Amino acid sequence: MSTVVLLAVTGLGLGGLYFLVASGLSLIYGVMRILNFAHGAFLTVGGYLGYEAGHRFGAQANSWPVFALMLVVGTVAGGLLAVLVELLLIRRLYEREIEQVLVTVGLGLAAVALVSGSWGSDARTFPAPRWMARTTSIFGADVPNLRFACIVAAVLVLLGLQLLLGRTRYGLIIRAGVENRSMVAALGIDVRRTFTAVFGLGGALAGLGGVLTALYNSTVSPGMGDSLLIFAFIVVVIGGLGSVTGSAVAAAGVALLQQFANYYASAGIGDLTVVAALAVVLLLRPSGFVGRQVRLA
Amino acid sequence: MTAPAATAVLAVRELDAWIGLQQILHRVSFEVPATGVTALLGRNGVGKTTTLRALLALVRRSGSVTLAGSRIDAEPTHRIVRRGIGYVPENREVFAGLTVAENLQLARRGPGGPDRDQLLTELFPDLLGRLAQPAGTLSGGQQQMVALARVLLNDNRALLVDEPTKGLAPRVVDQVADALAVAAERLPLLLVEQDLAVVGRLATRVVVLAEGRVVHTGPAADFLGDQAEVRRLLGVSGSNAGGANAGGGSDGGHR
Amino acid sequence: MTVTDPARVASPPAAPRRRSGRGLIRPAVVVLVTVLLALLPELQVQLPGVLPGPTYTAGTEQLLAGCLLIGALAVTYNLLFAVTGLLSFGHALYFAIGCYGFAILLQREHWAIVPAAVVTLLIGTLAAVLIGLVSLRVTGIAFAMVTLAFAQAGAVLVARNTGNLTGGEEGLGLTDAKLPAALLGVDNTQNLYWLALAVAAVVLAVVGGVVGSRAGHLMRAVRENELRVRVLGVRPYLVRLLSFGVSGSLATLVGMAYLLVQGGANPQITTSSFTLTLLVMVVLGGLGSRWGAMLGGVLYTLLDQRLGVLAASSGIAGLPAPLRVPLSQPAFLLGLLFVIVVLFLPGGITGSLARLAGRAGLGARPATLLAELSKAEAE
Repeated sequence: MSTVVLLAVTGLGLGGLYFLVASGLSLIYGVMRILNFAHGAFLTVGGYLGYEAGHRFGAQANSWPVFALMLVVGTVAGGLLAVLVELLLIRRLYEREIEQVLVTVGLGLAAVALVSGSWGSDARTFPAPRWMARTTSIFGADVPNLRFACIVAAVLVLLGLQLLLGRTRYGLIIRAGVENRSMVAALGIDVRRTFTAVFGLGGALAGLGGVLTALYNSTVSPGMGDSLLIFAFIVVVIGGLGSVTGSAVAAAGVALLQQFANYYASAGIGDLTVVAALAVVLLLRPSGFVGRQVRLA
Repeated sequence: MTAPAATAVLAVRELDAWIGLQQILHRVSFEVPATGVTALLGRNGVGKTTTLRALLALVRRSGSVTLAGSRIDAEPTHRIVRRGIGYVPENREVFAGLTVAENLQLARRGPGGPDRDQLLTELFPDLLGRLAQPAGTLSGGQQQMVALARVLLNDNRALLVDEPTKGLAPRVVDQVADALAVAAERLPLLLVEQDLAVVGRLATRVVVLAEGRVVHTGPAADFLGDQAEVRRLLGVSGSNAGGANAGGGSDGGHR
Repeated sequence: MTVTDPARVASPPAAPRRRSGRGLIRPAVVVLVTVLLALLPELQVQLPGVLPGPTYTAGTEQLLAGCLLIGALAVTYNLLFAVTGLLSFGHALYFAIGCYGFAILLQREHWAIVPAAVVTLLIGTLAAVLIGLVSLRVTGIAFAMVTLAFAQAGAVLVARNTGNLTGGEEGLGLTDAKLPAALLGVDNTQNLYWLALAVAAVVLAVVGGVVGSRAGHLMRAVRENELRVRVLGVRPYLVRLLSFGVSGSLATLVGMAYLLVQGGANPQITTSSFTLTLLVMVVLGGLGSRWGAMLGGVLYTLLDQRLGVLAASSGIAGLPAPLRVPLSQPAFLLGLLFVIVVLFLPGGITGSLARLAGRAGLGARPATLLAELSKAEAE
């Protein structure tokens, strides 16, 4: 029983990370029709800048205020980087969707290399409040607290996004834009500004995800974004492109599946199972379980 | 025949338009007077919808378009719309996942314009009880109401309306025509419509297209009264062409 | 009301004189270049800065062999993506099957080289066909994701050292393999070079043959307008499957040769980053032609290696940090180059050359395949 609880909480924690990355990807695709391959870079940069912010405090880095600062720095870094990318690069390629994807590919490669060059390619220990390293006992299982932190963060973000999408005008524009962006323009709304905002929001979520991923792994490394990104893409597609709720459900499902399969079968089977699940979902329902109909690339 | 620009709300000169690599419109020129309904007619696939979309910069186009004297052909869609053009697209294009209220809320561009509930009570009472309903679950006619209400909630200078009665039952067609008639009292309309009865009821002028070119402009009554011309240019006989339109909107390769 | 076929509108009016002229010049140039390339190991060509040494040295020969093979791989990707319009994020899988499959049979199972080669090629082809059967049931983004998923599965299998076959993170070297003497030893590196050249030539020839055949015509048609193909009574699914199978099979072949040239298999080739760099190569070279893809692959590999050497050099190490950091990372420079090409030179190298030669400026014809594909989406 305690194993199940541990696996479940670990899975949900990982799912939280997937959700943070996938929700941004999903919105970006939904509104802008871009497969953002630079998303991993936003995560990595957010994680590293958050690391830097905390690292400066030396021994005092393992405290809650510093951790809060790291979260903020990571989120803002991811968001700013994304906004810059959108304004300088993506906008020039309006209506050229394949080129937009390609540019994000190039950026992803370049950014990770730059991070590697600046901080070195070895993993670095990520400072965190001591509470994170301790465990709490639930139903007989000793669960590391940082898993809870990831779950809490993801749930807060989910609620925040629901509020944003459901209760604000911006959210209204985004939801409409996911369905039919040319009609949104035909209502007199400047969709380009929405694009920048959505891209920036996605980047910020990725940056936050970066700090939390580093927390989850206890390290930052240049490749951290890329490995997560594949699973995030899988989550986005299973959950449905453009759907935040879908991403949440899919993230939890995928992560849980991964954890349980990795444990009960053997390490690696979990990853394979997830991949198989993606293939199955796509073949049965190309639009994912919740989201909108996929269009031709 | 050209009317002086001062009485035209929309003046279109030498408009070319492309969808992808294919040129749809060729040097289209016409004017929409500041009052009344101008009907844009033609067989399926001649470029009527493309004309409206070109005016709104929703397709690639070149040429001159003037709204109440100012050039709008170099502007992006949202700016053109904000100058006061309301668009009711073919296929309505309401946002299925949003509620009726949200659809209307999204459409409202700013303060000014009629009160929503008052407008609905007056023209679309059906919608009053459905404000919380997702627009995707509405019937075709109800969706058309939403699409019309959207443009009437703003202070527009002109409306572009594309086949509003397509696929609707006769009773609903009448409702829509009634709403359009009320709208037409206050602002000019450029109306694409295949149903000649509706055209006959509402239109003051007609512009007829064939293969992406203007082939006739003039008073509506004159054109509609000339059965031979109507048959020649539209390929249908006289009054209610609603039936002949079955098979409707999907044409060769573009909308 | 007739719908003008956009492709027909876009093509320039046929210029028969030019076409037959092109028909003679092209093969002549190809033969000449091939002969020159074949002679390189015998010559003393030096390109300081570009090549690590004169062309008769083993280091240079191995580098060139690698370049030729990656170029050939890019050509197979070109068939899939540029000709048939299938954006696959998992093409590297078949290359990896060729490389790792061959390595496993040679190194772990100690097979002789010819049976191992035949079986590996069969496995790779079978994998491509089976995965294609499944993946091609969807199109567009879904297709891209399914191919990514399968490739990721392969990467996982390799990384976890499944069945102790793949060597995991360390890769799989050919230390115990029964290889013919002609392929062993530093002195025989030129044989590996010629092998690579031969494989590249075969790939180019096969792809060229497919592209010029009716099948190739159908593939291009399927890319642009499925309806046209259906009207001809052909199922687009089968056309795509053919393209997927052929390009996958050829990729396996290239992978096998790559194993021999490199002397081992490296898990890096199973990553999605690698397929993405394939995409970069094909775009860099120019989507319109397989020669562009070849050029893109060769250039990219060369640049990657050279930039890597440059990055490790003492000159760079001495620079101040803001300069040193970007210059010490080949991937950064290549990524940046790619972004610049996409933004400003959408036709890639061959596209830009063609434009300079004045051939691509005809009417409304877009200079690049990208533009064509993008415009088709905008409808």
